[in-house]
Amino acid sequence: MYIDDLIAVIDGKLLTQKVKNAVKIENVYICDLLSWVMSHAQKGDAWITVLTNVNVPAVAMLTDVACVIIPEGIDVEELTLRKANENEITIISTKYSAFEICKKIIKSMDNN
Amino acid sequence: MNVAYDLHIHSSLSPCADNDMTPNNIVNMSILKGLDVIAITDHNSCANVQAIVNCAKNTSLLVIPGIEIETAEEIHVICLFSDMERAAEMQKLVYSRLPDIKNKEEIFGEQLIFDEKDNLISKESRLLLTAADITINEVFDIVNNELNGIAIPAHIDRQANSIISSFGTIPEDIDVKCVEISDRNTESTIISNLIKLNRTKRIYSSDAHYLWDIHEREYFVEVESLTITNVIKTLGVSK
Repeated sequence: MYIDDLIAVIDGKLLTQKVKNAVKIENVYICDLLSWVMSHAQKGDAWITVLTNVNVPAVAMLTDVACVIIPEGIDVEELTLRKANENEITIISTKYSAFEICKKIIKSMDNN
Repeated sequence: MNVAYDLHIHSSLSPCADNDMTPNNIVNMSILKGLDVIAITDHNSCANVQAIVNCAKNTSLLVIPGIEIETAEEIHVICLFSDMERAAEMQKLVYSRLPDIKNKEEIFGEQLIFDEKDNLISKESRLLLTAADITINEVFDIVNNELNGIAIPAHIDRQANSIISSFGTIPEDIDVKCVEISDRNTESTIISNLIKLNRTKRIYSSDAHYLWDIHEREYFVEVESLTITNVIKTLGVSK
């Protein structure tokens, strides 16, 4: 699944600039403790977190996740989005909860 | 006597702090600003403190050894110690609980260790800007009870890495004697929700990552005489 597919599946909104290279999403990772994410998230994960501070794009870079998903319609700080854009990190927001996001992703995989 | 303080200052060891936060720059800027006492509080380390203490010798400025510990709950806690030995003891424990993640300078910044003449001695290679596997309860217990220092929840009015953002309150089982507020403008909203804080001492520190962020001679504590022990003691007394 690629970013565009993900956005369609979870009714998402792209908050950052579109990155040039297609990034493949391999898995989903859900966690809100940045230190835990640092040592456990894997390359290619779509990382779901309610955190929106400027450390989020830094951790996304460190772990090489495919994108960040902000659930439940939470607003993201301008500084966070600027840092993400500078470093080609994709941040997507959606009104759904982490559980609902996963259900939608799994369902779309079953359909393919 | 009333002494002007800023008890939350980062040196260039903190990856997020400016590389100009060297011992001589911090000490001289603090003196220029008219401060009487500062604390050096880098993330999870006190490796630059001795150089800064030495640098301030024979000046009017008192330097308190400190560490800003990031607990397992990702809460930042300012820990102040009466001497370098106790700070180093705490650092040893924190280092043993830090995850084995190498710093990536291009993402987080450099972690520079200086001597008292601002010569670069080395760089810390492990990432300091992350949580150590030590609970906030453990930090309070060790710092306050075993090491005779004081643990102070940092910037409790912020959205990230604060005791209130993590817990939504100040838990009853943590003996908080003093809290740090980063912005006086948001103070009233925080305090009005937390009756317990009415009796807790509040301090206002800069969390300076750049030289110009260091506080002016604005905030004071009352001490009998200007010693580290007296400052720590006065912070531990309720309002």
